Amino acid sequence: MSDSLLPLRREMDERAALPVLLYFGTGILWLLAGTVLGVASSLKFNAPDWLGSVPALTFGRIRPAHLNAVMYGWASLAGAGCMVWLTSRLCQVPVQWRGCLIASAALWNAGLVYGVGSILLGYSAGVEWLEFPLAAVALIALAFLLYAASILRTFSLRKVDHVYVSLWYILASVVWFPLLYVVANLPIYSGVVHGVVNWWYAHNALAVWFTPVGLALAYYFIPKIIGRPLYSYYLSLLGFWTFALFYNWNGVHHLVGGPVPNWLQTISIIASVMMVIPVLAVAVNHHLTTLGNFRMLRTSLELRFIVFGAMSYTAVSFQGSMESLRSVQETLHFTHYTIGHAHLGVYGFLTMILFGAMYYITPRVARWDWPRPGWISAHFWLTAAGILIYVGATCWGGFLQGRALNNPAEPFTDVVELTRPYLLLRTISGVLIGAGHLIFAALFAQVLRRMGPRREEAVTP
Amino acid sequence: MMFIRLSVFFAGVLAALFLGWAALVGVPGVQIAAVPPQPDLRPYTFEQAHGRQVYIREGCMYCHSQQTRPQGFGADQPRRWGRPSVPGDYFYDQPHLLGTMRTGPDLLNIGARQSSRDWHLAHLYNPRTVTPQSLMPPFPWLFEERAAEPSETVVHGRFVANRDGLDLIEYLLSMNRTYPVR
Repeated sequence: MSDSLLPLRREMDERAALPVLLYFGTGILWLLAGTVLGVASSLKFNAPDWLGSVPALTFGRIRPAHLNAVMYGWASLAGAGCMVWLTSRLCQVPVQWRGCLIASAALWNAGLVYGVGSILLGYSAGVEWLEFPLAAVALIALAFLLYAASILRTFSLRKVDHVYVSLWYILASVVWFPLLYVVANLPIYSGVVHGVVNWWYAHNALAVWFTPVGLALAYYFIPKIIGRPLYSYYLSLLGFWTFALFYNWNGVHHLVGGPVPNWLQTISIIASVMMVIPVLAVAVNHHLTTLGNFRMLRTSLELRFIVFGAMSYTAVSFQGSMESLRSVQETLHFTHYTIGHAHLGVYGFLTMILFGAMYYITPRVARWDWPRPGWISAHFWLTAAGILIYVGATCWGGFLQGRALNNPAEPFTDVVELTRPYLLLRTISGVLIGAGHLIFAALFAQVLRRMGPRREEAVTP
Repeated sequence: MMFIRLSVFFAGVLAALFLGWAALVGVPGVQIAAVPPQPDLRPYTFEQAHGRQVYIREGCMYCHSQQTRPQGFGADQPRRWGRPSVPGDYFYDQPHLLGTMRTGPDLLNIGARQSSRDWHLAHLYNPRTVTPQSLMPPFPWLFEERAAEPSETVVHGRFVANRDGLDLIEYLLSMNRTYPVR
């Protein structure tokens, strides 16, 4: 990279600043809200009568409020901000249609307030991952379309001939997600078909939006920060198309053993195992690009988060393929193991990568460096330790729970008793993670308020 | 250099999504839509349907599944949670409430397993009054404090169920798919 690109980068960052910081800032607010809801949900298992007379704070409402706040709030808003910045960088053209993005962030947040508020007040649509009432869905769908329009406009004006692999994932996600979101929310399904649509959607929301965001960022930042090219570019092409083909078919593994046709369960299990191919392609590329540069994890805090995320992606993907098998599902289905798996994916992989990417992007668009690097390190260790304890406790506890459930001699109350220590450990890990989030939010606020030493030129665009 | 023609890229991406939809939703949708309701399955009464809305409102499905697994797959059969459920058992369910967690037990046949209205009343007011080990939240807002009519059950000394509580119990008692599959 020659220095002649610096003025262009500065211009791109300046143009991206307002929408990106808007997505990031509101995303962080949803992260904090989602964390409080998550920790409170977990605490309810340790003390079921705590806040037990407040309808809006009963477990069955704050648990879906947690999921929606972190998925459609935190991960989506932070992800959209990262994608806007990354598309501009990879197309070498400033962000286009900024008005669309600002309107998108506003509508998105309005939809979230309406949707999460509806769940807490008792107006949930009652379908996991699709709890929002239709008005909130319409707001968020519109917000996503505005975001997609800006991404596609920026892409259409690109000044580069080469379309880097991260952009494939971004482009695919902006056409995939609105289709999926609208089709799954149509109020036309009932009975077992509704169950199938539900899990086709819930697994695909990861396939067509959340995972592409995480992979686009990992594919960009690992080679970028380490300063060497991707291990195998052709492999990334194979990885993308097999990802697109197989991931879509996974959803019904959430209903193994249930009242859905056997052939349907079987093809979803097969597709889940086939995911080994795109995951290996991504793993080889990410890990072999990192290999030999592990000392950079000491100096680059961004890279530390992103490599942790990339490693989690490999782990959670192999775990998922294994978990879909009938013999494994027989034990692990219906248990806290699934919750552990979900958090390894959405937190260990996606959220950690988002943290790393935001630590890289924020000082560039805000033109103000992070005031306290020590805090960033503390954020990393709190969240990394927290998520490892979380996944360990829920997966091991869930495994024991599943074995006990499958033993008819074990009374159900004993199964409940058995999970208690693991559920307590989960709350503790949630508190560690929450402490990390507070540090992150405080740092972000300090950058926005330009606190700390005046050294804006210290950030290379 | 361009990696592939853009039109081909977007066509491929859309085809991938469509194929997954066709396999997971389209074809099974046609197959299952042709399944009639089980002849012994009753549509929900007004009270039961309202109780089902309370079940949804309070998020019961995040801890209770409504699907029973076949013999040899898990312990639903030896635990006597009910014969394996079939698509015709869910004909009137909108939205579906199959659930994916068993933090609490499966409820597909709770009406057959626990048919006592009084047990459900006490349990909903505070589950630990009947099951000390329970992790289930209490639902005191399904009750009100007032003088009880002779026909009403009093829980915790001075509370009687309100409309929401009574209808939720109507719904739970209607949960009975123990009829033979035909």
